[in-house]
Amino acid sequence: MPTFVYMTKCDGCGHCVDICPSDIMHIDKTTRRAVNIEPNMCWECYSCVKACPNQAIDARGYADFAPMGHSVRVLRDEERGTISWRIKFRNGTEKNFESPITTKPWGEFIPKLAEEEVPTEDDKNSQLLYTEPNGLNIQTGLPKMKKMKFKQGVYY
Amino acid sequence: MLFTNPFAVLSVSVPSIAMQLFVITMILLVAIGTMMDIVHKKNVKYFFENAKKAKKQAKRTLETGEKASILIKTIGSDILTTAELGVGKRRVAHLLGMYGTIIFWISSAIMIFGYTSSNSNTPSYLPFLWHFGSLMTCIGGYWFWFFLRVDVAAEAHPWYRLIQADLFVLSLVITSTLALIWSFLQFYHIDGWDTLFLALFGLSNLVLFGGVYWSKFAHIFYKPGAAIQKNLAEADESRDNLPLPSNKPKQFGLGIKRESPKHY
Repeated sequence: MPTFVYMTKCDGCGHCVDICPSDIMHIDKTTRRAVNIEPNMCWECYSCVKACPNQAIDARGYADFAPMGHSVRVLRDEERGTISWRIKFRNGTEKNFESPITTKPWGEFIPKLAEEEVPTEDDKNSQLLYTEPNGLNIQTGLPKMKKMKFKQGVYY
Repeated sequence: MLFTNPFAVLSVSVPSIAMQLFVITMILLVAIGTMMDIVHKKNVKYFFENAKKAKKQAKRTLETGEKASILIKTIGSDILTTAELGVGKRRVAHLLGMYGTIIFWISSAIMIFGYTSSNSNTPSYLPFLWHFGSLMTCIGGYWFWFFLRVDVAAEAHPWYRLIQADLFVLSLVITSTLALIWSFLQFYHIDGWDTLFLALFGLSNLVLFGGVYWSKFAHIFYKPGAAIQKNLAEADESRDNLPLPSNKPKQFGLGIKRESPKHY
């Protein structure tokens, strides 16, 4: 469900431009309001929807699974650290959800990559990704599953 | 310079009636530009359709007194202090530009219509307000132009990149800047240059008021309407389809202090 902007509510502050991981939220060259320039490249992460201080960004459902008349809106409460969702089905049913933004204090537990050691050539050619296995806490190697434990039909 | 009415000095060479006709023309240009904008963008039509939809979703009917109180609160908070912009630099810059422009326009109109005849004596506070207003607009406008524009602050474009969206803010600050320069040149009798800057001041006014259809000028009229509608929707519980605000205090961690969008 890609996002779109209500032009009357947007004030062009740029929070969505800043947060969009796909770099598709831009400022319109005519109206100086935010615009999703490439909805089909939207990851649907809703970062912009949550970051918007004016609730000017909404999600548009694809017609095949979310036909006309439904709506999804989100409210971000920074003080309480919560995200509230309201889903309204086209038959009028409403569902409200509330989730934590994060359970950890903001700004902590951010990996300090600059302080890590520079990877060697061996590391670069390894199957493991950067900081693995320590980063994933799998010092004893990647977990393995015996073939017998696989479900029938997935042997290879 | 600060206490001299530049229009009274100008009335020696340009008749008052010409200046007054210029102001009336500018007002007409704004009215025509806004009407064209409304017809072209259909935003007012959308606004009323949306308001009708919100009314249908309303869970309670608002009394007239309640509506009036919301209106007063909206004027005090969203319109007069632009609460929409939150707390921060953008709001301060906007308020400087907004009030600077209002003071500049009103004092201009009063001086042109009231104090440009040969026997009139301009009260000293009017020219002071005129200069003060244009200075406020310059501070707010240039602050926004060089440091706060999203294109510059977040999208890493250079400050000198011009797009159509800049037409309003740029013509506004240039008009105020040219007004100050013209007043300075006129006061110190720097002949020739003062005429040139007067012409440029007139031209920048034409661009500002004549460019309403192409610029963001009309947001002056739209934004208050949108703010009133937003607060009415909050009160009648249609809430623009938004969920109820969270009622779980301090349950989900320490909360988040928003970072300003400037990561480049």
